[in-house]
Amino acid sequence: MSTAAYPTSWRPPPAFFGTRTRQHAAVIAALLYVVWSVSTLNVDVNRALAGFGRAVDLFVRMVPPDFSRGELLVRGMVESLQMAFAATLAGVVLSVPLGIAAARNLAPRPVYLAARGLIVVGRTFHEVIIAIFFVKLFGFGAVAGLLTLAFHSVIFLAKMLAEDIENVRVGPIEAVRATGAGFLQVVVYSVVPQVLTRSVGTAIYRLDANVRHSTVVGIVGAGGIGQTLSASFSRYDYDFAAAILLCIIALVALGEWFSDWVRAKLR
Amino acid sequence: MSSAVQKRYPEVWRKHTPRETAARWLWIAAVAFASAWSVSALDIEWAFFKDAHVQAADLAARMWPPRWAYLPKIVAPLVETIHIATLGTAIAVVFSVPIAFLAARNTTANGFTWAVGRGILVASRSVNTVIWGLLFVAIFGPGPLAGIAAVSARSVGFLAKLVAEAIEEADRGPIEAIEATGASTFQVYVVGILPQVMPVLIGTTVYRWDINVRESSVLGFVGAGGIGIYLYASINQFAWQQVLVVLLAILAVVVASEAVSAWVRERIS
Amino acid sequence: MAAAREAPAQGGAGPLLAIEGLAKVYPGGTRALDGVSFLVDRPEVIAVIGSSGAGKSTLIRCINRLVEPTAGRVLLGGTDIVGLGTKDLRQARRRIGMIFQEFNLVDRLTVMENLLSGRLGSVGFFASWLRRYPPQDVANAFAMLDRVGLSGLHDSRADALSGGQRQRVGIGRALMQNPDLLLVDEPTASLDPKTARQIMRLIRALAEERATPALVNIHDVALAQGFADRVIGLKAGKVAFDGPSTGLTPEVLTEIYGAEDWSQTIRREDEEEAGA
Repeated sequence: MSTAAYPTSWRPPPAFFGTRTRQHAAVIAALLYVVWSVSTLNVDVNRALAGFGRAVDLFVRMVPPDFSRGELLVRGMVESLQMAFAATLAGVVLSVPLGIAAARNLAPRPVYLAARGLIVVGRTFHEVIIAIFFVKLFGFGAVAGLLTLAFHSVIFLAKMLAEDIENVRVGPIEAVRATGAGFLQVVVYSVVPQVLTRSVGTAIYRLDANVRHSTVVGIVGAGGIGQTLSASFSRYDYDFAAAILLCIIALVALGEWFSDWVRAKLR
Repeated sequence: MSSAVQKRYPEVWRKHTPRETAARWLWIAAVAFASAWSVSALDIEWAFFKDAHVQAADLAARMWPPRWAYLPKIVAPLVETIHIATLGTAIAVVFSVPIAFLAARNTTANGFTWAVGRGILVASRSVNTVIWGLLFVAIFGPGPLAGIAAVSARSVGFLAKLVAEAIEEADRGPIEAIEATGASTFQVYVVGILPQVMPVLIGTTVYRWDINVRESSVLGFVGAGGIGIYLYASINQFAWQQVLVVLLAILAVVVASEAVSAWVRERIS
Repeated sequence: MAAAREAPAQGGAGPLLAIEGLAKVYPGGTRALDGVSFLVDRPEVIAVIGSSGAGKSTLIRCINRLVEPTAGRVLLGGTDIVGLGTKDLRQARRRIGMIFQEFNLVDRLTVMENLLSGRLGSVGFFASWLRRYPPQDVANAFAMLDRVGLSGLHDSRADALSGGQRQRVGIGRALMQNPDLLLVDEPTASLDPKTARQIMRLIRALAEERATPALVNIHDVALAQGFADRVIGLKAGKVAFDGPSTGLTPEVLTEIYGAEDWSQTIRREDEEEAGA
């Protein structure tokens, strides 16, 4: 059997764009985008190249990290932890009514829309933006940070709770109702058991996320280790900054491990 | 007959053994204690809360009406914000793939390379984008370049972690089949594993891009480019009507990018 | 065990159950029930058969008003359930046990909690929340566990059980109510044929022991014949047949389901004890 009649070249069909022309167009568009975006950024090339030298310099000044101001370090870390913890707690408490209001299958239509709107707008703004407003309202310090994290926790937990409630199986609800149970009994016996484990898991995850976020709200003066870090950067105190960064990494890694451990135990 | 029932069967049933009950109470006590400690140690000036709503209303009143004349000035920084997010994400994708192979148990060379890969993941993910911004401003000076570097530095760990998990869960069958053809390790990775993790990589990239747009909106606070610097300046000048315009612009951009991201992810899945 | 029951309703006013002109039109215009009437005047197992969409599920759900009927009356021991307010409806539901196709157990709760949830109607909110049930209820629940063949499984989580075991818990939950009427919705549709027969046998035995009438929706004509005293055939929301299960002839089945060769479906007498 001769192979002469068969094509000697083959290329795989384009995976995501349907036709080869469209694939080429997409690649060209992507390249054009990069060229355009880089050209509008007006990056100072010399300054950028100097950066690599500065990076080495910065690294040298960071090593060894300076742990001598341990008290300041510990105070900042503890404050971050406290902020994270109190914010999670406030978030859990306040997210229950908001979450129920944002569940399509429980809340009346206008309430549902209002709650969803609040969640969309609240999620849009970065912690730092929220923090700066709380700093304006409550002054510098941990309270502004706490409120920022609490605000974001409420929004996040309410969104998750609403989704969990919307995904509840209706069969058990019907069955419990058929026994002649009252509204609260139906909620406690059929909605809560289906939602509780996931909600506790989400809350633990949020605690972990709050530990991570608590390190950043300090940038605008809302307390915690971030404020210490920001101050050390502005004083070019890089060996102390390195110590803080290492501590943050350790704390966050620990928080993540704890959160994974608890959630694995919950099943 | 009902007396026979009472004799034969227990009349008390507890969901938890006394030990479990005690453990539950211990957890509750620990949470209560930690909350009390956190709240009391934070020195909260409760008096501030009394007039907070008045202050908030006052602030809102000063923001109204929005000063739309400011809008043309912030179009360029808004575009820059999106550029920072997009380019930062693109760079992160390039680096995240090799790091993911390093950090996945089944593809890493040995214990040491695995630890290196995991170390990069942890360091990248633990440090917030804004803090990476602080660091890169110190290196590259203020400007969007520091922002792009910060976004990439944070996103690499995020993408690599999820891709590494996908690699670890990749179907063994095709990998074995390609090994059986005598392919090199690198060929096995590219032909046997990469196609399997591609959907995860694309999905997480688009998702991360959407997060990065949000993150880029505040990078200007530390001088790393984008719209944040205008927001920060307007707040510091107490130009509240300008602040509202910037906030609305950010809201529009973030909601739009979220919609784009959701649309793309729906299409690929 | 019968002594532990509350007095059955048949001594009082009227028949056990009377359905009069029951109709249900769903929003969108689907007429699921169209003037269904029948009478249950003694404890018997009644199979309700009919093709999908004939109204079987709607009929059962209209009786305890999980679905609100559009017209007609449901008289349970003389009380019209259709006219009841929220509170009285709860009281009425306590007297009606319900068993479901998908079991509808609360997966994350233990078997015991699922059984005791049958007592929710007669226990206050806080007692039920704290799982503090009257001693008699707890003892009855343990007895029930024995009776349905699940001794020792009280602390297992519902999602750890097999399909047949879960349906046994579902049956136990319904009977914990000491109902005057059992509503059973496709109890075997999610089970394999052997388990299906065991479950039907259990339902029948319990209904007989407690002299409780049972209304069983069922797809499987052979099972209906094997375990029911009486059969009601629904067609397009109307009663097309109502008579003893021995009266199910090919003509009747054709009337209910449409033309088909029924000779293999209809149970022969000598098959009765097969598959025990």
